[in-house]
Amino acid sequence: MELHERIEDYKTDSPRVSRFSEERFLLFLEDITAVFDGFKALDIEALGIGHNELRVIIGPNGAGKTTLCDVVSGKTRPATGRVYFEGRDITGMDETEIALMGIGRKFQTPAVFDSLTTYQNMELALPGRRRLWSNLYCKETKEERDRILGILERVGLLEVRDLEARYLSHGQRQWLAISTLILSDPKLLLVDEPAAGLTDSETALTAELLLELRGDHTIIVIEHDMDFVRRLDSFVTMLNEGKIMAEGTLSELQENEEVIEAYLGR
Amino acid sequence: MSNVALAKTDQPLGGVRWLGMHNALLLLFLAGLVGIPLLYYTGQISIETVNMLGRYMAFAIVAVGLDLIWGYTGILSLCQAFFFSLGGYAMGMYLAHHGGPGGMVDASGWNIPACLYVVYPYKVGEAPADAMLPWFWKPFYTLPATVTLGLLIPGAVAFVIGYFGFKSRVRGVYFAILTQAITVAAWLVFSMNSMKLGGTNGLTRFDKIAGYSLADPDVKMAVYIITLLCLAGVYLLCRYIVGSRLGRVLIAVRDNEKTLRFAGYRPHVYKVFAFVVAAAIAGLGGMLYTPQMGIFTPANMEAGMSIMVVIWVAVGGRGTLSGAILGALAVNLLYSFFTSEKDFILFTWKSEYWQFVLGGLFIGVVLLFPKGLCNIGRRFAGKH
Repeated sequence: MELHERIEDYKTDSPRVSRFSEERFLLFLEDITAVFDGFKALDIEALGIGHNELRVIIGPNGAGKTTLCDVVSGKTRPATGRVYFEGRDITGMDETEIALMGIGRKFQTPAVFDSLTTYQNMELALPGRRRLWSNLYCKETKEERDRILGILERVGLLEVRDLEARYLSHGQRQWLAISTLILSDPKLLLVDEPAAGLTDSETALTAELLLELRGDHTIIVIEHDMDFVRRLDSFVTMLNEGKIMAEGTLSELQENEEVIEAYLGR
Repeated sequence: MSNVALAKTDQPLGGVRWLGMHNALLLLFLAGLVGIPLLYYTGQISIETVNMLGRYMAFAIVAVGLDLIWGYTGILSLCQAFFFSLGGYAMGMYLAHHGGPGGMVDASGWNIPACLYVVYPYKVGEAPADAMLPWFWKPFYTLPATVTLGLLIPGAVAFVIGYFGFKSRVRGVYFAILTQAITVAAWLVFSMNSMKLGGTNGLTRFDKIAGYSLADPDVKMAVYIITLLCLAGVYLLCRYIVGSRLGRVLIAVRDNEKTLRFAGYRPHVYKVFAFVVAAAIAGLGGMLYTPQMGIFTPANMEAGMSIMVVIWVAVGGRGTLSGAILGALAVNLLYSFFTSEKDFILFTWKSEYWQFVLGGLFIGVVLLFPKGLCNIGRRFAGKH
């Protein structure tokens, strides 16, 4: 399908015009623009992410990939346009509200709490338990504890569970950020450059983890690393200068002259 | 992994270091509870010394509160002296109600406290019949109401400042400046004679507390013991808070508030909580300070006072709670030592020189022991 046909196809199921939009898309962006100092960082006519889809977003530096995440997660307010999540308009909601609705995010530079131990970082990510008073006396249950230890074991952080996060290596911090995201069990995961600064074997494990989550989670992965993207073997949206330039499988995109021009080849 | 071992000792909660600190504090507490009364009743120290120690403990209470909001939550508050004064004025009004000399009774039957005569334009006992006790003095007639209000008022003020400040994301140095400005404004207001709180003379002429004479040494000793117990209680309360998951959220606010939002937390709720608790604690400190000082003036909420609280905590060690207590006691004991005049062979030590000692101490500690006095032992043991 040609790009303009795809975009027209997205539009037919926009929550604005279709009652069935919610059944097809978990996340829907329409006419989104984000402007910084007169510079249009993002200009998306329509983009829909289906339920339990793993979508990869690629693009050269400054293409607006992270801005897209910022708009969805509430960090940046779009100048125009609407963001719909589960058929609800979430444009203009604050970060906390959006997070509570079920959109989790991993930042490009892994953000963890330095003075807390690995385990305590995980503990704060447990689903529910965001209220002040319950945190004053609540302890985690046996199941929650097992779940935390299970994930830590899976990513090899078990032996540093009582180490303050400030002492973790870059790779370990990446893992921890991804682990807390997985633990918090959001409906939509926004994963910004999960493979940045990781070794090849670490990259492979990251891909494996994301693939495991596919099926019962909706995931948007932003990535530079083409080997990593290839491993994920998923539908790819390419951004360039804030606009959607192409969509398709990675191999399709690699044959697209325009894409090669902008990004892949030279 | 030597890396792991090193980090273990560095944990602010739990672990080996905390146990050591815990024992040292327990020893200090017992010394205060048993040792000081023993020294007094055997005639080694005067009741004035006990009184002074009690005042310093009241300061230590304020310092523990600041450590909760600054050391753990990372918010530098420069209005702890204001909260301290709200508590101090609450207790001051109670004590003035029951102070001497027996003054005059207004038309509605309320006794006008003697310290108010200073700002009313009449002589003692000669006020006209239309002089009335201001309405806001009335709730502070009984001790239980005073204590309740002395905690609630600073807490409520902190709630208002915190709610609007944190909700609109005023952070870091801007919040410090905001709180500083509020303190200065409050100081100006409380200094006005028309506020009917004694103006710059403050509240004084205290006589009885809960029916007992404040001049009685045994009563002074009792107030000292109560202050010590309150300090222990406040310490344990804060220790419990920082040890709970809520405490970990507070540390997360300090480390990275932005990320916490994306994790579904509302940082401003937690910040308001810590700020309100710290304010109520400061109010408690003020209420315990007043009867041991015998006077409460607006000087207690001058800008410098809030900075002093920050210095106590910084010198003792941020984010440890125990450091706040040690810092407050150490700096104040040094203060009382260096502000007395001493004759040396070549020159006379004057009390004004204290400022240099304080400045030197602060710079020295920040440069040499950035983690504060309570980490000195570890530093010399080569563990850091």
